[in-house]
Amino acid sequence: MELAGIAAYLVSFFTFVGIYAILALGLNMQWGFSGQFNIGVAGFFAVGAYTSAILTTPESPWHLGGYGMPFLVGIVGAVVASALLGLVIGWITARLRTDYLAIATIGIAETLRLIVANERWLTNGVRGMSGIERPYADFFAALGLSSAMGSLIVVCAFLVLVYFLVERARQSPWGRVQRAIRENEPAAEASGKNIGRFRLEAFVVGSAIMGLGGALYAHYFGFLSPEAFLPLYGTFLVWVMLIAGGSGNNKGALLGAVIIWAIWSGSEFLMSTALPEALSGHAGPLRVLLIGVLLQVILIKRPEGLLPETTPKTVPFGKRD
Amino acid sequence: MIRIEHLTKSFGGIHAVNDVSFEVERGSITGLIGPNGAGKSTLFNMVAGLIRPDSGRVWLEDENITGRRPHQLFHRGLVRTFQIPHEFTRMSVRENLMVVPPAQSGENLLQSWLRWGKVRREDRAVLEKVDEVLDFLEIGHVADERAGNLSGGQKKLLDLGRTMMTDARIVLLDEPGAGVNRTLLGKISDAIRRLNTERGYTFCLIEHDMDLISSLCHPVHVMANGMLIASGSMDEIRNNEEVREAYLGGGISGRMGASA
Ligand SMILES: Nc1ncnc2c1ncn2[C@@H]1O[C@H](COP(=O)(O)OP(=O)(O)OP(=O)(O)O)[C@@H](O)[C@H]1O
Ligand SMILES: [Mg+2]
Repeated sequence: MELAGIAAYLVSFFTFVGIYAILALGLNMQWGFSGQFNIGVAGFFAVGAYTSAILTTPESPWHLGGYGMPFLVGIVGAVVASALLGLVIGWITARLRTDYLAIATIGIAETLRLIVANERWLTNGVRGMSGIERPYADFFAALGLSSAMGSLIVVCAFLVLVYFLVERARQSPWGRVQRAIRENEPAAEASGKNIGRFRLEAFVVGSAIMGLGGALYAHYFGFLSPEAFLPLYGTFLVWVMLIAGGSGNNKGALLGAVIIWAIWSGSEFLMSTALPEALSGHAGPLRVLLIGVLLQVILIKRPEGLLPETTPKTVPFGKRD
Repeated sequence: MIRIEHLTKSFGGIHAVNDVSFEVERGSITGLIGPNGAGKSTLFNMVAGLIRPDSGRVWLEDENITGRRPHQLFHRGLVRTFQIPHEFTRMSVRENLMVVPPAQSGENLLQSWLRWGKVRREDRAVLEKVDEVLDFLEIGHVADERAGNLSGGQKKLLDLGRTMMTDARIVLLDEPGAGVNRTLLGKISDAIRRLNTERGYTFCLIEHDMDLISSLCHPVHVMANGMLIASGSMDEIRNNEEVREAYLGGGISGRMGASA
């Protein structure tokens, strides 16, 4: 009984870690490789989640939908929708400095959250969308696995795919150019690189990955409400994961997701049991404070994160013959 | 090869470059000298597309390239170095040079995902070239170092190395000799001469080292206070009264080795 409870907890824990790891990898593409400051991760996450939910849910009087599309169509739809959003934002801000990108992304993310909260015909507003299924549940049931376990497997499968794609991108000449642009724009331009094009590509691909994370979240959690896309969950935690884990390092993004999620979810438990009565109303802000302090400590001890960026293994080390 | 027509640029009240016109002949090694703040680097930056001129035009062969972006000019064969070296700080020295070669198919993300074998083959060819250039510039021993950790002179060499990673037609060098030791400088000037005669590269270089200028460059253009004040052979320049005046205080006789 105890054991089953722990197992269920671990399944849910690692499913969340997997989803957050996907978001962190998407952000790594934008910030870690390319140096683009997207503080509207939650917006892309939300677009992916709602797109897949609307495409796959059965008819409902409460929100747009009734298309009943298969799971994979929902996933592809989420990826395409968030990529398009990235394309538009990236294209508009391409000629602006990075600080404008930051303002644009947070503005768009908040706007999207307000649309989600207010356009009830579309999303059922603050009451949220329920009844989003785990379409893969039957498949795993036939194998004798629970649908929660199925979610974990599906999330992990996508995480492996995303990790492979993002890591190869990092090792490739494309990733090299991205880092060059991040390090020195004029020199990258003088080396013949069209920095606008490369920037936009990294932004769009990163956005698409975030959208994928959103779709997986929607199907796993089964319920969407604007709450989930507050900057705290959708953006802040993802940034902390990437920075603490090691910006520019994909393994760092994974490690950051595990550690920060462990501390974040662990602190909820801690606060609910150990906090004195008088402070119990402040548990939320205290958790954020805890994460903030932790980030400070990591950055002082290891300024480049727990796993700093490394030279890709495609670049030989040492003297060649 | 490059024709500069009436280029003008002001920063606030400063006329950094004021109605300058001259031509860099194809196949020449043209020198550009002048006291500090004369406007030489600003002129380079306008030719290379980094800053937009207030007025005037730049021609590359028969094409008006005014306002073209640096990356577009690169693909037309125009490359440049910076006075203050621009390295990709947190990348290894080797990677710094691997960035440069044009038309790497792995710069297309889909190709990198789907045709990794081909991308790796190309990378190996690029690496051959990189190590050649590093050896030539005698910075092979720091190939794995982060470029940001190099000394000033080594960064200068790395910047020069970038121009050697592509088949350029015209190379703009902003003080290639600054901070580089004498022996190596001799080697660099030999290389410039060789690239010029054997591969037909055209050079335009800014330098304060008059030995380097007089041994390499013909013709030489002199700027002062944003204006072009003299052009000609080094001997003609040395004996030009206006040039002497411009350098006064900067110590023309000492620096130009003029017969006084
Ligand atoms: N971005 C800028 N903003 C304001 N003023 C500038 C800028 N760039 C150059 N200047 C000014 O323009 C003038 C010419 O500068 P420039 O760098 O072209 O000189 P230079 O001939 O290359 O000198 P040096 O031999 O010292 O490198 C200087 O007075 C400088 O202060
Ligand atoms: Mg200068």
